Amino acid sequence: MSSSLTREGLLQAYRTMRTIREFEERLHVDFATGEIPGFVHLYAGEEASATGICMHLNRDDYIASTHRGHGHCIAKGVDPVGMMAEIWGKRTGTCKGKGGSMHIADLDVGMLGANGIVGGGGPLICGTALASKLRGSNNVGVCFFGDGASNQGTIFEAMNLAAVWKLPVIFVGENNGYAEATASKFSVACENIADRASAFGMPGVITDGFDFFAVHEAAGEAVKRAREGGGPTLLEVKLSRYYGHFEGDQQTYRAPGEVQKLRETKDCLMQFARRVTSRGELSMAELEAIDVEVKTLIDASVVKAKADPLPLPEDLMADVYVSY
Amino acid sequence: MARKITYQQAINEALDQEMARDPSVIVMGEDVAGGAGAPGEEDSWGGVLGVTKGLYAKHPGRVLDTPISESGYIGAAVGAACNGMRPVAELMFIDFMGVCFDQIFNQAAKFRYMFGGKAKTPVVIRAMYGAGFRAAAQHSQCLYNIFTHIPGLKVVLPSNPYDAKGLLIQSIRDNDPVIFLEHKALYTMEGDVPEESYIVPFGEAAVVQEGDDVTIVAFGRMVNYAKDAGASLRKKGVQCEIIDPRTTSPMDFDTILESVERTGRLVIVDESHPRCSMASDVSGFIAQEAFRALKAPIQMVTAPHVPVPFAASLEDLYIPSPARIEEAVMRVKEYR
Repeated sequence: MSSSLTREGLLQAYRTMRTIREFEERLHVDFATGEIPGFVHLYAGEEASATGICMHLNRDDYIASTHRGHGHCIAKGVDPVGMMAEIWGKRTGTCKGKGGSMHIADLDVGMLGANGIVGGGGPLICGTALASKLRGSNNVGVCFFGDGASNQGTIFEAMNLAAVWKLPVIFVGENNGYAEATASKFSVACENIADRASAFGMPGVITDGFDFFAVHEAAGEAVKRAREGGGPTLLEVKLSRYYGHFEGDQQTYRAPGEVQKLRETKDCLMQFARRVTSRGELSMAELEAIDVEVKTLIDASVVKAKADPLPLPEDLMADVYVSY
Repeated sequence: MARKITYQQAINEALDQEMARDPSVIVMGEDVAGGAGAPGEEDSWGGVLGVTKGLYAKHPGRVLDTPISESGYIGAAVGAACNGMRPVAELMFIDFMGVCFDQIFNQAAKFRYMFGGKAKTPVVIRAMYGAGFRAAAQHSQCLYNIFTHIPGLKVVLPSNPYDAKGLLIQSIRDNDPVIFLEHKALYTMEGDVPEESYIVPFGEAAVVQEGDDVTIVAFGRMVNYAKDAGASLRKKGVQCEIIDPRTTSPMDFDTILESVERTGRLVIVDESHPRCSMASDVSGFIAQEAFRALKAPIQMVTAPHVPVPFAASLEDLYIPSPARIEEAVMRVKEYR
């Protein structure tokens, strides 16, 4: 498989994946101290999916995300510094400390929100895509959802609606094998989530979520079809999460050594680095320089988040309505 | 210039005028054009009761029939509102909120607050409500109190054709999610409605009859029943002040408070069930804010705490009547 990416594209892909990884690994450590409020669901291990897909999107394209949304946010261009402050519940956060990890959104960059409701984003992204279509723009919408959400009625309704209205939508089913603690082998009645595409008259594609290049290529075709008026695609990305459903999950439902083996043999960053260096597209030194830059950025975001002010009492009543 | 048209025509006219004024206004729902993909003409139905009839022909491509997927298309209306459109989605019967409530109360209602004030979701969800059509338990409820409970939503209950047009135009121009509820028994009600476009602002109650003896607060269709009761009581020398809040979120509590402080007697008429209702909401507010002004216990005239029955003999018993309103007024009037 040959890469259609320029050097700059490859560097960007690596930087985005590394930023997500560093962000999530840092949250894993910091959450254990008990200082971070609420629930946090980490995306570590799945970076190639968000990155490979969002690299095809413009600022005016929308994505709808899930409770496991940090990776999608970063890949779509939400500022990680604001995100970290948001997760720490600070007034300087992306959502002024009122959304938290499960509801980070930044409409200015086409990020329609992580979503605390499983399957909530499917109908919404049909709406952004409908608006784009009615305006005659070629913008697309991407709905990320998990194997758990693949069984929600909202996702079925959204897929049918997108097909009926021939909307420029890409449904990205990130199948990490577990809906909370229940295996997708149990909860998804068919072999693959992508098999359901034919029932809605749209193409269904399966791709390897550990392989950035595979995701990038499959997503490229789906986004192109959508932009050209060819309607929706269901793209199933098979991947795995390195951490629990939420932080604190002991993952007793997983096989011993399951995650360790994936990290050692299939990790998306490892595979990416091996490939681009072996082909001479990027050097190890270049990748290591990005690692250092990203670590510095995330360290600084945590220092800032910890020092930033909490929301004030007067913020409690603000921003419920535009006017009331 | 005003002329007499029906409540249903007033709603159609508001949609038509706003669609002509603003290209971002779109209408979507089950059969709102009616007949999409069928051999008959595209706008054969114009909604299940014909409320949107004719809009498809006048505004091609902007009146969208949907599959029977309430979560799907109500959510799509919410998403389109986040991306620059002003969708008016028709939920047909408000009872169907049961299959799409997440998209309304967890998504649309929460976006602005949860996203730190960045989101704007100017969506209108229209639905018919109310009993009286022998449509039984799943097609006759009010449920406005449930939406009123949710911060982030605005809730509108026009009781006459004039308000229906002006409130719907305000709903479409409003930048927050609006639940616009049409009582199905009012569709044929006639009234004076100006031809030109106008708005009725939210949060401003109408005092539909002035009086100093007893305050009646009534919602939606019940405003008309309260007027019937008020006319009969006037002949008996009892002067009622009848207040139509018109919107339950925002709610004009000030007008109610001012009236009760003057009359000292309050009857609330609400077609919904009594528990956690608009009636109990207003009652609680007045008990807290105007306790010393009250000369008699507040009376709530509501439906009973049962599902809406089918048989005519039972449904007629279920719906509050002008006679029951009159009795309640006399109870507070004669309380010693």
